Amino acid sequence: MTLDRRSFLKLVGAGAAGAASLPLIGQAAELMPKSAKRVVVIGGGYGGTIAAKYIRMMDKSIEVVLIERNDHFVSCPFSNLYIGGILTDLNPLTIKYDKLAANHGVKVVQAEVTAIDAAAKMVTTSKGTIAYDRLVVSPGIDFRLDEMKGYDAAAMEVMPHAWKAGPQTVLLRKQLVDMKDGGTVVVTVPLAPYRCPPGPYERASMIAHYLKANKPKSKVVVLDANPDITSKGGLFKKGWKDNYEGIIDYRPAKKVTEVDAKAMAVMVEGLEEVKGDVINVIPPQRAGQIAVAAGLVGDDKNWCPVNATTFESTKQAGIHVIGDACVAGAMPKSGYSANSEAKICAMNIVALINGKETTELSGINVCYSYITDKDAVSVAGVYTVKEGKIIAVPNSGGVSPADFSATKTEAMYAESWLKNILTEMST
Amino acid sequence: MMMKWRGWALATGVLAVSALAQAAPPTAAMLSNACAGCHGTNGGSAGPTMPSLAGQSKEAIEVAMKKFKSGERPGTIMGRLAKGYSEAEVSAMAEFFSKQKLYPTSQPLDKAKIAKGASLQESNCGRCHIEDGKEGKDDTPAMASQWLPYMQMQMADYLSGKRKMPEKMKEKVDPMSKEDLDALLHFYASVK
Ligand SMILES: Cc1cc2nc3c(=O)[nH]c(=O)nc-3n(C[C@H](O)[C@H](O)[C@H](O)COP(=O)(O)OP(=O)(O)OC[C@H]3O[C@@H](n4cnc5c(N)ncnc54)[C@H](O)[C@@H]3O)c2cc1C
Repeated sequence: MTLDRRSFLKLVGAGAAGAASLPLIGQAAELMPKSAKRVVVIGGGYGGTIAAKYIRMMDKSIEVVLIERNDHFVSCPFSNLYIGGILTDLNPLTIKYDKLAANHGVKVVQAEVTAIDAAAKMVTTSKGTIAYDRLVVSPGIDFRLDEMKGYDAAAMEVMPHAWKAGPQTVLLRKQLVDMKDGGTVVVTVPLAPYRCPPGPYERASMIAHYLKANKPKSKVVVLDANPDITSKGGLFKKGWKDNYEGIIDYRPAKKVTEVDAKAMAVMVEGLEEVKGDVINVIPPQRAGQIAVAAGLVGDDKNWCPVNATTFESTKQAGIHVIGDACVAGAMPKSGYSANSEAKICAMNIVALINGKETTELSGINVCYSYITDKDAVSVAGVYTVKEGKIIAVPNSGGVSPADFSATKTEAMYAESWLKNILTEMST
Repeated sequence: MMMKWRGWALATGVLAVSALAQAAPPTAAMLSNACAGCHGTNGGSAGPTMPSLAGQSKEAIEVAMKKFKSGERPGTIMGRLAKGYSEAEVSAMAEFFSKQKLYPTSQPLDKAKIAKGASLQESNCGRCHIEDGKEGKDDTPAMASQWLPYMQMQMADYLSGKRKMPEKMKEKVDPMSKEDLDALLHFYASVK
């Protein structure tokens, strides 16, 4: 509450108005007066688009407003294939919001959400305020930059993270293309939990795939803060041994805490310096800034605890958090999880708004990682709730066969995974 | 434990306990929506290697899931996922998808092959693939408007022996040429 008020004041203070005329400004700036029951969704990514669409599919009497800062969305899934040169542009990964509006009547507002007032049930955006009955927050991640010394906005332009797809992805690709043969690419991996557990290792694979074919004297050094590969470990190790021996140099338990963009170096625990010609810093992460500002994060100050049936925040009533930002028990921080969580949340929001009984969660995660341009491995899981916690259904799920007997087929399925999930989000 | 209590509650009709703020067990929609990330909204797939489930026969889905679960039917992730559901949950999902409108795919198809397939369909396959593959006898899946690349992958698995053909299908398929089979798949894919 205090936080909301403060950020709200800060925003208004930045404009022409003084604090005295605050309530008036608040009213005057109301963007769209509310008549029907209304759900506001923050974030037009993997979680937000699906929550918005499914609420409308289930109950047309509920008005749904989707607020997204950009006029389009670029998918992180498959962005590693662009970095590896397998995709030549980001078009297949880019969606727009016009069909969500046309097909489902979702009201899409392109704006930045700057504050959430849980008590007043209102969000403040760069275009004005919007009232809600229930709010869905799916802002993805932001970085814990205080844990990565020297990694400021300027450093990001030198050492891209490419952990939000778009210009950063393009920058990393360009740096790889411009790098001389014989160069060293450094990829740093933060301690889990972070967005997409297998993502950094797929990233290393795709960079190695590009180097092997184009700059064979070069190598990739992976500095992993974790004691071992955090997901699909056996599969990545086999894939690297079979394909990238001498190219990928994997170093576990190497936590990078500092960067020096001028010297093109990173520091492991402030002690050991590692230099690179291209440096991909994947910083430690937490819930998107708006979730932090709204007091939705838990004791760890990073992620948002939620009810395992409705995804309603345990910190603020009426606000639901889905996707990477929330703590979803055994469900990993993946795009597919965000998709599945969004539907569970949507169904229960419709029930809550209509005074009906809620429905227990049943969720899925399916996530593919490419090892080469033609080989992919997967992890899949089915989720249920036990004693208020999201758990994997015992004796189900798991990763691809260890002998790589299915990698070619899985690469073919992975393409349809992308097609379907992006079509779900955009039509 | 919990499941047992639910079963009892369901059986005795003592489920009007929303005062407990207990959520109802997953409904067909709750279960099925989770599949849509890969199989498309309401089971209408936009991905050429991923089968549409919309309008598929309930029995066909039930049998497919059973065989994925036991490993009898080769799969990649489907075996792992099928193990996460009870028989009743699979039935609920199968019914959900069977009730959806058939998803009309638009895909590049060969006109000559469609015509050839059409001439082969009725006499060879029509007894089980009823109504030009819009329906199926017993657990025979509906084929109409299905993605060609998906069907071609399945046919390759059948021919290599990875996926076991039903006896009656084998009798018909064995004497046919690869070209004939491909023509048939083009035909099914074309049926709207
Ligand atoms: C390299 C890489 C590869 C990956 N590969 C896979 C994969 O193969 N499979 C998989 O399942 N997952 C994968 N992921 C993970 C996946 O990208 C995320 O889990 C997913 O995007 C999470 O969805 P979300 O809705 O939480 O966040 P996002 O999809 O990031 O959406 C958040 C949206 O909110 C908007 N937003 C944030 N704050 C505000 C604000 N204040 N105002 C307005 N708008 C705002 C953002 O602009 C953004 O569009 C990968 C991730 C990476 C980095």
